[in-house]
Amino acid sequence: MIATPTITLTDQPFEPGLLVTAFCTDRQETGAIATFVGLARAERGAAAALELEAYPGFTDAAIGEIAQAAIDRFNLHDVHIVHRTGRIAPGEAIVFVATAAGHRRAAFEACDFLMDYLKSRAPFWKKEHGPDGVRWIEPTDRDRTDAERWDR
Amino acid sequence: MARVLLFGRLADQAGWRDRVVEAGDLASLRATLSAADPELGEALSGPGVQVAVDKAIVRGERVLTAATEVAFLPPMSGG
Repeated sequence: MIATPTITLTDQPFEPGLLVTAFCTDRQETGAIATFVGLARAERGAAAALELEAYPGFTDAAIGEIAQAAIDRFNLHDVHIVHRTGRIAPGEAIVFVATAAGHRRAAFEACDFLMDYLKSRAPFWKKEHGPDGVRWIEPTDRDRTDAERWDR
Repeated sequence: MARVLLFGRLADQAGWRDRVVEAGDLASLRATLSAADPELGEALSGPGVQVAVDKAIVRGERVLTAATEVAFLPPMSGG
C-alpha cells in the first residue's frame, strides 16, 4: 500500500470530530486510528489570542516531508494533519493529527512523533497577544528534548 | 529583481512583508535592503535567520531573476 499524507493549513476554525469521522471512513485493513487535537490555552488571561504565521508552499511542504517520514518509519496506512494559521482564540483547535495503522502501537507512536516535530521544528512563527502587549514565542527546551527522543 | 518576503519578527521590525527589490544576487539584495534600513539589514544576518530561495533553504550565494522569491525566515517557533 502506498500512503501519501494529507496536509491542510487553514485560517478558519475547524471541527475535529468531523475530521475523525471522515478519516475513519472506508477502511478495510486499518485496525487502529490515533488522533491528537491541540487547543489554544487562555493561560489564565495571559494569552488573549495566538497568532500563527506560516509560509504557504514551504510550511505545508515541510510538514508533508515529516509526515512521509512517519509513514515510512511506522508503516502507516494514512496521515492527516490540519494546522490553523492566523489569529486563534483560547479554546479553539490549533492542530489535528490522525494516523492510521494496522495495529495500535504504530498509530499511537506516530501521532506522538508527529506532534513532537510539529511543536519544535515545523516552520511557523508564533505570536502571543496578552494584556502586556505582543511577544514572539520560540520553542521551549522541553519541546526540543521531546523532539530529540526520536533521534536516538 | 526578486520578490522578497519577510516572516515573524522581521516583518514587524521592517514594517512590510512583501516587496519587489532590484538585485542580481543575494549579496546585492542584502546590500540594497541594508542601505534602505540598516537595522533590518543587521537583523537579516542575525543568528538563526535562514534564507529560502523559491521555497528551498539556501546557504551561500544565489543568482536572482525577476521570478525569484526570496524569503527571510527568523527562528521557527513550531506550531
